[in-house]
Amino acid sequence: MIRYAWITSAVAILAMAFAFPAVAQDANDSNGGSFFSELPVEVHGFYDMRAGYRLRKDKYEKDMSIMENRLQLDLDSYLDWGDIKVKGDVFGDWVQEQADFDLREANVFVRPFDFMDLKVGRQILTWGTSDLIFINDLFPKDWQSFFIGRDIEYLKAPSDALKVSLFGDWANLDFVYTPEFDPDRFISGERLSYWNSNLNRLAGQDAVIRTDRPNRWFRDSELAARLYKNINNYEFALYGYRGYWKSPGGQAGTNAIFPDLNVYGASVRGAIAKGIGNLEFGYYESADDLSGKNRLINNSEMRYLVGYTREIGMDFTMGVQYYVEQMLDYNQYKRNLISGPARDRFRHLTTVRLTKLLLNQNLRCSLFTYYSPTDKDVYMRPNINYKVSDNVAVEIGGNIFFGDYPNTFFGQFENNTNIYVGLRYSF
Amino acid sequence: MLTFSLPLFAASEPNAPEKIPDVQTIVNKANIVAYYQGKDGKAQVKMTITDKKGQERNHEFIILRMDVKDGGDQKYFVYFQRPFDVRKMVYMVHKHADVKKDDDRWLYLPALSLVKRIAAGDKRTSFVGSDFVYEDVSGRSLEEDTHELIETTDKLFVVKNVPKQPDTVEFSYYNVEIDRKTYVPMKMEFYDKENNLYRVIESKKVEMIQKFPTVVKSLVSNLKTGSKTEMEFSNIKYDINLTDDIFTARYLQKPPREAIR
Repeated sequence: MIRYAWITSAVAILAMAFAFPAVAQDANDSNGGSFFSELPVEVHGFYDMRAGYRLRKDKYEKDMSIMENRLQLDLDSYLDWGDIKVKGDVFGDWVQEQADFDLREANVFVRPFDFMDLKVGRQILTWGTSDLIFINDLFPKDWQSFFIGRDIEYLKAPSDALKVSLFGDWANLDFVYTPEFDPDRFISGERLSYWNSNLNRLAGQDAVIRTDRPNRWFRDSELAARLYKNINNYEFALYGYRGYWKSPGGQAGTNAIFPDLNVYGASVRGAIAKGIGNLEFGYYESADDLSGKNRLINNSEMRYLVGYTREIGMDFTMGVQYYVEQMLDYNQYKRNLISGPARDRFRHLTTVRLTKLLLNQNLRCSLFTYYSPTDKDVYMRPNINYKVSDNVAVEIGGNIFFGDYPNTFFGQFENNTNIYVGLRYSF
Repeated sequence: MLTFSLPLFAASEPNAPEKIPDVQTIVNKANIVAYYQGKDGKAQVKMTITDKKGQERNHEFIILRMDVKDGGDQKYFVYFQRPFDVRKMVYMVHKHADVKKDDDRWLYLPALSLVKRIAAGDKRTSFVGSDFVYEDVSGRSLEEDTHELIETTDKLFVVKNVPKQPDTVEFSYYNVEIDRKTYVPMKMEFYDKENNLYRVIESKKVEMIQKFPTVVKSLVSNLKTGSKTEMEFSNIKYDINLTDDIFTARYLQKPPREAIR
């Protein structure tokens, strides 16, 4: 029932987005043309079909990893005082056996002063310098979509937020206020099996993670800020965040919780010898357990990353990254650990991205690989995408996990290894 | 053709034995006319790529351009409208005339709301899969080649350009036919390492826009692959007072109205 209510309200929002600017337009002069070209709403979107299967038997999940039809509508209206955007997906999901609606964006953008931009409403937010590793970008991610082979755009989950951007000669400042905590769409066991440390084994639909999510408006809010400046095209940034661990970072009773988290970080990005180099770090202050004594709450951490991307041939680029997570109260963690294998103090992770364009750039072959020498696990994302015509693209890809241990970050997903095919018609 | 042009030639010959400028002056003027008209500008571009089988692909985008210095550094902002899968994507370049300094390039991907920095690429790489290369769109630095005036007709200067670093490009030289009156490059012919003609860029239509002679239709033909790309420019405006801040991350994420209208 709740779902139907959602769909109804979403449709109502879409209808309003159409109707409101149409009324506003009535006052304006018309200069011929069809009815649709008169509407000050740009309507675009795509229809996407996707199917994928697990390559290994997973006793906790279905063999089908993804099976869905999706229609995205993207409505834009440019008015004198600002822009309205509504973008939403209606999809039929044969894995979950349901139809659903995902409102991706519904926001208003205004530029009230030369030095200020405002965006309020549901929006996709991104910052930071790293590639598919996030340190100072604490906006919600959809890890489930990422691992089952949806388009990369779905890795970013929407935020319901107010974004204020101030631009000055000295520096620029972004400020994002999210009145109600927006968590990641994390791996809960619903669609992907995972390591359950309570059960000390892999689990899935038999042990779907239940959470206590901070959900009081204006009290369980998030604040994120970025101060940045471009000096000779070297981009410097400082970041701050006050909120919660975005995926469950602790446990209370039988439920997973999102403990308080503060993050302070910095990054720099710029050209180095024919390529682009970047450095980023963040201090994760696990505010509900500053001493690290509480075994049920994540340790504080330092996270560091260095990356470099360059062209290594015609239409062929390579990007490499080295990333380290350091637990700051490791001795306390180890002393208080009751059962199960302990994490390492340092988690080292390397990534390599290879992208080659062929056939007049209509065929894109890419491979993104995560490899952790400390966790001894690997996650590979091969993808081949071919643009058949201006409107139609087909793709085939995979999400391949393997590891020496069942409890490591990527190793736990070994049985979720899958391949998928997709077809998209854009309009 | 011959009968029409001959009398014209005869008429102009006795009264105006124009002094022929030196080759450096010619290429400097042609470079300004081709890439630096006005202090800034805007154009709607329609690009049609036709492969040898006749299959078409279409791109539409709006280009904003601002000169930091005439004949020198420039900033480009390319806002994509078609195909629809790249709609609202923005490609931005801070072009550096100094051949030792790589251009700075950014890409904005709207679905991820991601401002991506892209590595300085080979400028001889295809621009969005067309037969144009990046260098055709934003200009090849005059410093990269030596120039020689090899022919002067009543209408055209023909300049031969030989790269100073031949191993960085796929051609051995190219000839440019420059209109003597307007200094618009009318035709460029590229010869491969075996000295065979393999690529031709032609200015198919030139119009006067705000007193600036402007190519409004150009065609590149790749004789090796049989592929052709036509670029049509419309809604061209010069001196629209673009400011530096348009070519920053702020406007990548939310293009100025000038760019989308």
